[in-house]
Amino acid sequence: MDLFLQLLFTGIGIGAVYALVALGFVLIFRATNVVNFAQGEFSMVAAYLMVVFAVDLHWPYWLSFLCALAGMALLGVIFNLGVYYPLRHRSFLPVIIATIGASILMANSVLAIYGPQPQVLEGWFETPGIQLGPVYLDSQYLLIIAVTVALVIFNYWFFERTMLGKKLQATSQDKEMASLLGISVSSMIMITFIYSAVLGGLAGILVAPVLFVSIQMGSTIALKAFAATIIGGFGDVAGAVVGGLALGIIETFGAAYISVPYKDGFAFLVLIFFLVFRPQGIFGERVAEKA
Amino acid sequence: MSAPSDNMPVAVAVPHAKPMLVRHLPYFIGAAILVALAATVQVDGYVHNILMQATTFAIAVFGLSVVLGLCGQINLAQAAFFGLGAYVVGIGTSDYHISYWLCLAGGCIVALLAGALLGASTLRLGGHYLAMVTISFQQIVTLVMINAIWLTHGPDGVSNIGRPDLFLSAQSYLAFCVAMLALVGYFVWHLADTRLGRAMRAVRDNELAAGVVGIDVFRTKIYAFALSAVLGGLAGGLFAGGFAYVSPDQFSFAESVVYLTMSLLGGVSSPIGSAIGTGLLILIPEWLRFLKSVPGLYLAIYGLSVILIIRYMPDGIWGFISAAIDRLRDKVRAPPAAASLKLMPATVGGDIVLEVNGLSKYFGGLKAVDDVDIQVRRGGVHALIGPNGSGKTTTLNVLSGLYKATAGRILLDGTDITDMPPHLRTAAGLGRTFQNIRLFRSMTALENVEIGAERPGNTLIKGGDAALTERAMEALTFVGLGARANELISSFSYGHQRLIEIARALAANPTLLLLDEPAAGLNSTEKLELHELLKRIAAQGLTILIIDHDMTLVSEAAQHITVLNFGRRIADGESMAVLRHPDVVSAYLGTE
Repeated sequence: MDLFLQLLFTGIGIGAVYALVALGFVLIFRATNVVNFAQGEFSMVAAYLMVVFAVDLHWPYWLSFLCALAGMALLGVIFNLGVYYPLRHRSFLPVIIATIGASILMANSVLAIYGPQPQVLEGWFETPGIQLGPVYLDSQYLLIIAVTVALVIFNYWFFERTMLGKKLQATSQDKEMASLLGISVSSMIMITFIYSAVLGGLAGILVAPVLFVSIQMGSTIALKAFAATIIGGFGDVAGAVVGGLALGIIETFGAAYISVPYKDGFAFLVLIFFLVFRPQGIFGERVAEKA
Repeated sequence: MSAPSDNMPVAVAVPHAKPMLVRHLPYFIGAAILVALAATVQVDGYVHNILMQATTFAIAVFGLSVVLGLCGQINLAQAAFFGLGAYVVGIGTSDYHISYWLCLAGGCIVALLAGALLGASTLRLGGHYLAMVTISFQQIVTLVMINAIWLTHGPDGVSNIGRPDLFLSAQSYLAFCVAMLALVGYFVWHLADTRLGRAMRAVRDNELAAGVVGIDVFRTKIYAFALSAVLGGLAGGLFAGGFAYVSPDQFSFAESVVYLTMSLLGGVSSPIGSAIGTGLLILIPEWLRFLKSVPGLYLAIYGLSVILIIRYMPDGIWGFISAAIDRLRDKVRAPPAAASLKLMPATVGGDIVLEVNGLSKYFGGLKAVDDVDIQVRRGGVHALIGPNGSGKTTTLNVLSGLYKATAGRILLDGTDITDMPPHLRTAAGLGRTFQNIRLFRSMTALENVEIGAERPGNTLIKGGDAALTERAMEALTFVGLGARANELISSFSYGHQRLIEIARALAANPTLLLLDEPAAGLNSTEKLELHELLKRIAAQGLTILIIDHDMTLVSEAAQHITVLNFGRRIADGESMAVLRHPDVVSAYLGTE
């Protein structure tokens, strides 16, 4: 039972990271109807920026954190202008391929600069964690969970209660109509890319102390996050969060009770299960094409 | 639009069709020369390895040109399928001493099964699912190769892989692989012009229309995906024999990316492009070896190339070259003359061709179509009219199977088609056009209509491609566009595209033709010509169900009218009586 609770805590912590990246997926998908296959690389790049600032340059942690997020915002701008925007009028296949190209470009540029050795990033807190009864609560996992909860609340508030959020929603639902109403569609899309790059970056920075900072972390996280969005229901914000948490828990228990080397395979099995038996996910995807 | 008298055969020379094997003889002679060269010319080991790699990789990239180029579906796990083939041959010949040929066949089968299963679980869904699932599959295969040490020897890889006794020397084995490449290349090259290839291209261009002209979209995609997987497996099996050693890192996701880049660079829609891309991306890294000293740099360049190719050269190098050649040659050949079109609608059932009972379609709480009955009489023109938002197009979409009926029953010529998917309804004798034109835009008018003529259940098509082309030409001539049959869709005006859509439906020789607002967007002359065309269709006894807003067209063409308003039937009967019906007048003009 103690082990069970401990695993549950770890699973929720890992799941929260998947949820954050999944949220980034969903936001871009809703705004542009495109799945951004470079979403995971946002996390990886941000983690490396943290290594550059906090480890190599010895800047204070909070300053490195802010600079890394600012760097991600810039990356979001570059990504939109260089990858998505020129292809916005083409069908979805070229756009998907371009984002895959971007993901390969980012991962291997970092590899070329930093080499294949994984880097280590310290956690935010000095205290490694607290013992709560039988469960040891790692401080970094606590931070991840807290940030995820805060961001989900922020997201809700932002999209449902602010004018900018409503404009973004309008853009994602009907670009032509939105532009007729005087909303600048291209700046809304730009904001979406910046926001999801920052969101992905945040996930990367938070998870970096738990995992190693490596080239592969981006694609690993992205696959899990994508599986999470399918499990939750594609394009659904709540679904992304629930799917992410579920996947983190399943994976942690799978690794503990079944097999460690195949830990990364469980996500795929769950994914296939959902694709076959409930492709619309837990919350359901809205799919319709008009004849 | 041309005048109806255009129905006369157009006088053009009919090119004498030589038997296919004779026309393709140059290809086989060329291939034979290549194989002979590979078997005789002595090269050093380094060059031999490069040739071996290029030959096997090209076969795998051919697979991508089928799935991505022809069918428009993405496959980011080609290295995994390649690896499956390679490992089956490797483990089979080295650990279990099974015959090479059996292992090669086994590798293809394993890849085929993996591809078909993966496709079957994902291809009903959107393309982004497929991309992610293939990446995941790629990761799983790599995981298994590294961790299932009892089977795969883990990271050490498999060595001492055997070759067939017939091709024991390195040189003869290379010649064998070149021969395989030539065969696969021939097959992929001609796939585009087979029934399956046309179906794949139709699915790529417009899935919805593909289903409506009678193509089983899901099955076509699975075939394409499985075919690509088999080619990957075959290439991998050949590769394993060639190098006698395989290890997991040769089949990683990075390699899948390399295949994708090869395919995109050369030109994804043609095997020639695949060969060009493969050759370049194997040679360039050999020339620029110094770049290899920095890990990751190559793949970073590949990633950047993918973005740039997609943006600036979406058809790849070969697409660029072949477009230039086409411009020089002015390729549009005049089509052969055609006889006049015969429509012989099937007459299995009784007097009523289409019987709709209590049909309803709800979207959540919205009753778009609510308990509607329609009886369409054989040989007549029946119109379905109603104000905007009255449920006309929804009704048509339920009839052709794009929407599932919430309730009710649809009988076509006595067959219950209520629960059939679109392509089976088409096979049962339904034909339709769309309000917003849905043609296969990368193909010529003739090819579009040929796909229509290919409808399963079209009894008029007997005997191969020639009959198909003839039928399609007849249909195009019937609508007055016979002389422009070999032009691409994009060069036709809106009105002409509409006619091509009608020709596509007519070529299928349907029992019932559904026309969704055919007059929308046409000018007054075009409308008159459309009216003439409808008369000529009806004169051949084909039953038509037409939706339109143009009251002149409807009242002149239709003998029978059903009126919908707010999803319900408010009037039904003989044209003139219905149009004078007070409910109909008030629905259109409002009440006082």
